[in-house]
Amino acid sequence: MMWKLLFRNAFRHKLRALLTVFGVAVAVLAFGLLRTVVDAWYAGVSAAAANRLIIRNAISLTFFLPIAYMEKIRAVDGVKAISHMTWFGGVYIDRKNFFANFAVEGKPFLDLYPEFILPEDQKDAFGKDRRGCVVGRGLARRFGWKVGDSITLQGTIFRGDWPMTVRGIYSGRERTVDENQLFFHWDYLNERLKAAAQRRANQAGIFIIEIADPHAAAAVSGSIDAVFKNSLAETLTETERAFQMGFVSMSEAILMAIRLVSFLIIGIIMAVTANTMIMSVRERMHEFAVFKTLGYGAGRLGSLILGESAVICAAGGALGIAATFPALRILARYVSNVFPVLDITSTTLCYDVLTVAAVALTAAVFPIRRVVTVPIVEALGRAG
Amino acid sequence: MTSTERPVIVDIRRLSKSYRRGNQLIPVLEDISLTIAESEFMALMGPSGSGKSTLLNLIAGLDRADSGTIRVGGIDISDLSETQLAAWRATHVGFIFQFYNLLPVLTAFENVELPLVLTDLSRRQRREHAHTVLRLVNLEDRLDHYPRQLSGGQQQRVAIARALVTDPTLLVADEPTGDLDRISAEDVLVLLERLSRDLGKTIIMVTHDPRAARRASTIKHLDKGVLANDVEAVVP
Repeated sequence: MMWKLLFRNAFRHKLRALLTVFGVAVAVLAFGLLRTVVDAWYAGVSAAAANRLIIRNAISLTFFLPIAYMEKIRAVDGVKAISHMTWFGGVYIDRKNFFANFAVEGKPFLDLYPEFILPEDQKDAFGKDRRGCVVGRGLARRFGWKVGDSITLQGTIFRGDWPMTVRGIYSGRERTVDENQLFFHWDYLNERLKAAAQRRANQAGIFIIEIADPHAAAAVSGSIDAVFKNSLAETLTETERAFQMGFVSMSEAILMAIRLVSFLIIGIIMAVTANTMIMSVRERMHEFAVFKTLGYGAGRLGSLILGESAVICAAGGALGIAATFPALRILARYVSNVFPVLDITSTTLCYDVLTVAAVALTAAVFPIRRVVTVPIVEALGRAG
Repeated sequence: MTSTERPVIVDIRRLSKSYRRGNQLIPVLEDISLTIAESEFMALMGPSGSGKSTLLNLIAGLDRADSGTIRVGGIDISDLSETQLAAWRATHVGFIFQFYNLLPVLTAFENVELPLVLTDLSRRQRREHAHTVLRLVNLEDRLDHYPRQLSGGQQQRVAIARALVTDPTLLVADEPTGDLDRISAEDVLVLLERLSRDLGKTIIMVTHDPRAARRASTIKHLDKGVLANDVEAVVP
């Protein structure tokens, strides 16, 4: 009986109820999308391995390190494996076709990143072809590349055309792994630099090391940096997570603004829903007075109003959450080069549900207070 | 049988009530003392603003007096907390409004069942009770009709069934025929009369209409918040 009453009252003014449901749905959708974008910003941080350290030039990432450092680093206690990678910054056909591309050491690099799943035959083919490259599944899908295809990158940092052959297509071990990158041989880059720009040859952007004990990261970092203290290219060693966080912190102000906007949206929808509930209850104050006359107490009346608010918010919330999945798929099509991983997390879904509950509760507070405290005679409009 | 020979159901002593309008205190009821016997059908008459609805509200536990006591069925309702008063109203008072005040989203049957939701009755027992009272008011063929599908007279009969369904000690009616045509008003008055005479219900009815008042066993007059002497007692 009370459930029947609750549902019928919630949708008594169909247009107003449906508009409020729609408003809540849009707010939940916007909240979910914005939080997912923030999460995507941190995807590199989330995917970082605890046993990998990054060694870069202490001055800045734009300064490279001599490749000769490699053997000295390998000799430091606690270092299990080492490789290197260099940001290439190449463009495929047009500048708007942006994707990350790196010159790497080939097999040692792939061994350091077991999260890149590549068939053995493709790994061998990549190792044997100095002009070969490996691309992520997302990137291959984006440009329609297949194994064996010839492609040409135009260098921006390293000038010229760089023809190469796709020798492998990797997929991520987890969904958080970026499948929109291209890796080719550093030897290919270095041989052309030796010929054309000797001063830039025999250098790498960063070194990546695997350490035996993740708990010894601080000690190993200190030891490595000590080796190159007072050299021409001092190093800064940090965990992969800290390295990725360095990129994220560059956009901290933007992230803060996005977070703020997401909470403002929730604030607005709270006010809108509260207004709907206040209007709805005020129009029916006479009926609530009848309930009170019949002996309905504060608890039951409060439950009725909260229930109505919950029904409207739950309908909007469910609609909003359901719409988030296709909306993210559409968004991912346009921003996959910026946000390779754009998946809604269970944490965001929990936040969505909590937000809906908070909106329902907040919207019901004022009407409940009014109904409970209004004298019956005043609400009935009867005196004299 | 006169009211003095039957047990007293409502016993009001030195009741006063005033309302505040800005800084001004407006007295509505002054030093009212009144007793109502079991099965009595009392009509409360008086001009607009005489305080009859206020008196009805106080007896029904919808409002609080400034001073004086109201005992209904031996319980001093002025001593009850808001929660206790709500529980008391649920079991001891049936209220009939001038404009019926049925919930438009519920059918006639559901409106009648509404007060029983507060009781310990099972769903089946609630339905049986609701059927019984709707049969009593001759509306068993209108159970699934919504208020908008019923005439004014039928809506008021549903409201009477709702007031009766908990078998309360007291039925209070505020201008129950005020919004009805003459024939429907007559039906409602006959029904109230039957409830008092055949089922022994104690009824207090506020009315402007002398013809409606003549159906009551006792008529009381209020004027400027003061109760006049009994002017007429009609024994049907």
